[in-house]
Amino acid sequence: MADKIILEVARYSPERDAKPSFQSYEVPVYKEWVVLDALNYIKDQVDGSLTYRWSCRMGICGSCGMMVNGEPKLTCATFLSSYAHNGSKVRVEPLRYFPVVRDLVTELSDFLVKLTKVKPWLIRHDEPPLTQGEFLQTPDQLDRYKQFSMCINCTLCYAACPVVGLDPVFVGPAAIALAQRYNMDSRDQGTEERTAVLAHPEGIWGCTFVGECTRVCPKHVDPAGAIQQYKLKAALDWVKSFVMPGEHKSKDVRSEAAND
Amino acid sequence: MCAVKQPTTRTAPAYTEFHPRWYRPQVSVYWWLFQRQYLKFILRELSSVFVAAFVVITLLQLNALRNGPEAYARFQQWLQTPAAIALNVVSFCFVVFHAITWFNLAPSAMAVRLRGKPLPDFMVAAPNYAVWLVVSGAVAWLVLR
Repeated sequence: MADKIILEVARYSPERDAKPSFQSYEVPVYKEWVVLDALNYIKDQVDGSLTYRWSCRMGICGSCGMMVNGEPKLTCATFLSSYAHNGSKVRVEPLRYFPVVRDLVTELSDFLVKLTKVKPWLIRHDEPPLTQGEFLQTPDQLDRYKQFSMCINCTLCYAACPVVGLDPVFVGPAAIALAQRYNMDSRDQGTEERTAVLAHPEGIWGCTFVGECTRVCPKHVDPAGAIQQYKLKAALDWVKSFVMPGEHKSKDVRSEAAND
Repeated sequence: MCAVKQPTTRTAPAYTEFHPRWYRPQVSVYWWLFQRQYLKFILRELSSVFVAAFVVITLLQLNALRNGPEAYARFQQWLQTPAAIALNVVSFCFVVFHAITWFNLAPSAMAVRLRGKPLPDFMVAAPNYAVWLVVSGAVAWLVLR
């Protein structure tokens, strides 16, 4: 393992630059250092103007996602030592497909709007009185959605998904996985409301199943799986709407949404 | 009251309504070329063309069969030309690639549960391979017997 490594960091200042350029910094390599430690070293010791997001340093907050040598990574969970071979460099860039605000900071408003559209919260049509107590759930019921509930909104999956880059209106992997997290929750009654957004060319049908979202997910959420499972459900619902028109309500919800 | 200071120098930020202007990266037309996983995805999508090619060749073969022994002999002659052999070899490789990549993706698309527990991935993929092998074996037996 080399003692030092060159970090090529993307720099972009809206005051000065028309497009980003790279600036190289030499940083020490310690066995326990992650890429975020190297960025903090640069910020503290070399160049205080370097701008990036970070918070928890333990893979929970989802703030420090960046492209590391072309791969979307949580920089707090990416060891510098795994890149530290003789003469090697580490290239750190802002997450792909997002507008860049400054240096490594991306603009997330578009993602947050999409996330809100899929209503990632428990929707109830009836509200039983509090005296009935809490909604009980078996371990099996919890297990059905638990994987999808591990999402930390780090948006690495958006940076991995070429559809997000090519089709900016695509709702995207994390938002659909989170919608599915609530659809699969035994306490939720909002599946049909979400269908209006999800069973749509900008929703699940926009996904071409590249599968990279699942591969890069640091929390093993499997957004690609969530999308394909929802496609299967939407297709079966569509067939059901012909076989049993009275039973199928998604269509009504969709037309209500269109009228809004 | 304090007046809002307007940017006057050439290095001042270009403002949108609320924010300095963002840099919006463009997606290259060749985005799929420089990453192995993306290339694999594009090849998987491209394989559909060769699946269709196999279907068209089979339909043409059936048509030749319907048109009598001479037409069928002509078609068989065409199948023996280097171009047809090359097309068939390439198509076969892509069809195998198509089948394997889709069977491997099946566990992701189907969350099969047995007695409340999710089935392991190989248990969902394996029946696809088993049916493929059985059908291929049956076809090979019919053709080669």
